[in-house]
Amino acid sequence: MKPQDLSTAARNTWCPGCGNFSILNAIKAVLAGMDEEGYPIENTVLVSGIGCHGKIVDYLNVNSFYSIHGRTIPVATGIKLANPDLNVICFSGDGDSLAEGIGHLIFAAKRNIDITLILHDNRVYGLTTGQYAPTSPPGFKGKSTPAGSIEQPVNPLDLMLSAGATFVARGYSHGIDQLQSLFKEAIMHKGFSLVDVLQVCVSYFNMYESYNKRTYTVEGNDITSLVEAKKIARSWNYNDLNSPIPLGKFYQVDAPRFDQAFSGTGPLMAREDKISSKLESFI
Amino acid sequence: MEEFSVLIGGIAGDGINEAGQTAARLMTRQGYRIFMYYDYPSLIRGGHNFSIVRASSERIGACRDEVDLLIALNQDTLDRHASRLKEDSIIIYDADKVKDKVPGERSCAIPVTEILKEEQALPVMKNSCILGAFCRSTGIGWPVMEEVLRKHIPKRTELNLKVARRGYDAASEFCRIDKLAGSPEPIASGNQAISLGLIRAGLEAYVAYPMTPSSSILDSMAHWAEEFGLKVLHPESEIAVILMAEGFAYAGRRSAVGTSGGGFCLMTEALSLAGMAEIPLVIVMVQRTGPSTGLPTYTAQGDLNFVINAGQGEFPRLVVAPGDAEDAYLWSAAALNLAWRYQVPAFILSDKIVSESQYSLPSDLAAKAEPPAAPLLWDGQGIYHRYRHSGNGVSPLAYPPQRGQVIKVDSYGHDAAGITTEEAQITREMSEKRRLKALSLAAELQGYETVALFGKEEGKTCLLFWGSNKGVCKEVAERRGLRAVQMLVLWPFPEKRMREVLQGVERLIAVECNCTGQMAALCRQHGINADDLILKYDGRPFSPKDLELELERRGA
Repeated sequence: MKPQDLSTAARNTWCPGCGNFSILNAIKAVLAGMDEEGYPIENTVLVSGIGCHGKIVDYLNVNSFYSIHGRTIPVATGIKLANPDLNVICFSGDGDSLAEGIGHLIFAAKRNIDITLILHDNRVYGLTTGQYAPTSPPGFKGKSTPAGSIEQPVNPLDLMLSAGATFVARGYSHGIDQLQSLFKEAIMHKGFSLVDVLQVCVSYFNMYESYNKRTYTVEGNDITSLVEAKKIARSWNYNDLNSPIPLGKFYQVDAPRFDQAFSGTGPLMAREDKISSKLESFI
Repeated sequence: MEEFSVLIGGIAGDGINEAGQTAARLMTRQGYRIFMYYDYPSLIRGGHNFSIVRASSERIGACRDEVDLLIALNQDTLDRHASRLKEDSIIIYDADKVKDKVPGERSCAIPVTEILKEEQALPVMKNSCILGAFCRSTGIGWPVMEEVLRKHIPKRTELNLKVARRGYDAASEFCRIDKLAGSPEPIASGNQAISLGLIRAGLEAYVAYPMTPSSSILDSMAHWAEEFGLKVLHPESEIAVILMAEGFAYAGRRSAVGTSGGGFCLMTEALSLAGMAEIPLVIVMVQRTGPSTGLPTYTAQGDLNFVINAGQGEFPRLVVAPGDAEDAYLWSAAALNLAWRYQVPAFILSDKIVSESQYSLPSDLAAKAEPPAAPLLWDGQGIYHRYRHSGNGVSPLAYPPQRGQVIKVDSYGHDAAGITTEEAQITREMSEKRRLKALSLAAELQGYETVALFGKEEGKTCLLFWGSNKGVCKEVAERRGLRAVQMLVLWPFPEKRMREVLQGVERLIAVECNCTGQMAALCRQHGINADDLILKYDGRPFSPKDLELELERRGA
């Protein structure tokens, strides 16, 4: 299978230069490659929320559940628990998972359920044409904050490390090779994995120049150390426009998973007798 | 009608619900049919809790105001329920907790605290003690008590028996609850019946966030998960609940959720998603007194409009409203099957009385519910399209993995393949597809008893009701020679069947536990006009006397 085999006939409506194209191309390459390596494509289910990111499921000829805003994780959790053999990947925006759906995100990490979340983190609301987002820097002038946002941003990686995620990484839409390797590792990881992708919105928050100058890939870090991972994650808190931005894999450990704890469903037809004896016990 | 009513009252933490159930089990062994109402405030310790167990030769679903026997575990119970006593009512009380001297020759003081102390028994065993006294006072033989305790109290059984026997010996016989011909029947709450009905029709996953009065479904499902092979989850919110259930359904697993009004408010966005994406789903919605937090442990029928109309946009749904535990078992199974046959959200709209009251169930009930019915599945030919058009609007289902195929569901407007589109023609066609499903569902429902007829079938005056008012309306209609019509399916509105059962009615009286007459308004939208409304909205159910007084006031 080639990456282009995963295309659909849907017309792509992202803006030219949108960072989402990098995520689309990287995931196509990863899923096509995995199909060749014995991870059949039909075992993958994609779940997306609502926002520019969500359109990705229309562009991928892969099983998908195009959910509602903020609600990728509960749907993905249900699918994974229904059939633990499926490979479940969420695509979610920063507004999607860090505002509307932040409770679900924390619980997914807390449960360490074996799903992957790729966070299209453009730090702005694109589809609603330019409002501040949970990862926008303070002072961000959006349509809903014309005088500048007065909130501190959420650091999703720090949050996920604290909440119990067992795979935490950051990529950048100008580094497609790194995106591919991070996506593949995140998907192969057994447990909850989050890849924060600094995905540039060319229309409402064009950070290409800034990111190109500031991003670097961490090397030689101890990925099993929560302390070290938090230190790396906190070295940039999404709140300034100058400090260096680490990319790469910050953390990966093995831990018990939520999906392991659920036994299979029993045969349906054996139930009538059991219900009769249950009713008998109510006399 | 032979009947006997017992009230047991005490504080929260006394185990009043369990004590009521034990009394119910004693009386079913005498051949009676049971209805038990359990009244409790929203607190864990203290307050006043009481159970009224009404035993009857007929199948019943309501309690009378008066009781034949009052069991008082404290003074408060005597004070609050004095008005329920008739001249010949019997009173059994805990002599160590009731300080006022109870007058009359038909009372019996049991030194419960003293007995427990002497036997070194736990406080909760006071129920065994006082129920032993109940048996003796009503002529229920000791072997019946022993059988019930041995069957239902597996822990410290011998000590419980000892304490019960002390209570039995301390009391004297005042009357005899005559043994009737009926054989003992299972006694279950509506919530247990809902759980078993869903399980019968092939439920595989139950997802819920605790909320009174629906929580005991979650408790039962979790307790029975291993036995029936269920996956039972209690996630972070009702929003997560319904979306997880939809995830299960996408992967081909039959799922249900349960909640009450406030929790259902949080579910409405994903309800609309289920409508658009055509996800089969059962929602158990147990009503309590609203609006908002309201009276969490009391009853109402105030959410009918909400459930029928919840969610943005137009999409088909099924709303069934069981009137007792037997309806709950049968219709929960039917609702799960219909949800999957039509790929729609299906509601089991219950209320506190149906859900938390105890009812006798026919012994052969288990086999009467629908077994799992296969949904329309893809035949594996050609290219799979999730939303392929068909004659009845229902598209064949397939679940991942399917080699060489993709299964795409979408909350956006979508084409047959499940890809987003905003094209005018496809938008119109997909709206019509969903409309067609609604019509197909309504047509299939004509084969069900969507509206039930009781009382005097040709009566010119007719009581019209839904949900837990079945019990009281059926009983009063039978006594007064009225026709009684129960709406079991509220949506799609069963217009044809309604016109059939109401043929020849000259005076139609709607009976509801809400302040505006929501069912009556729904009927009016379909050209069926109620002449009178009898409404109750104080959190408590109608007693037969309440209803009869209202009818007399109206000369009906």
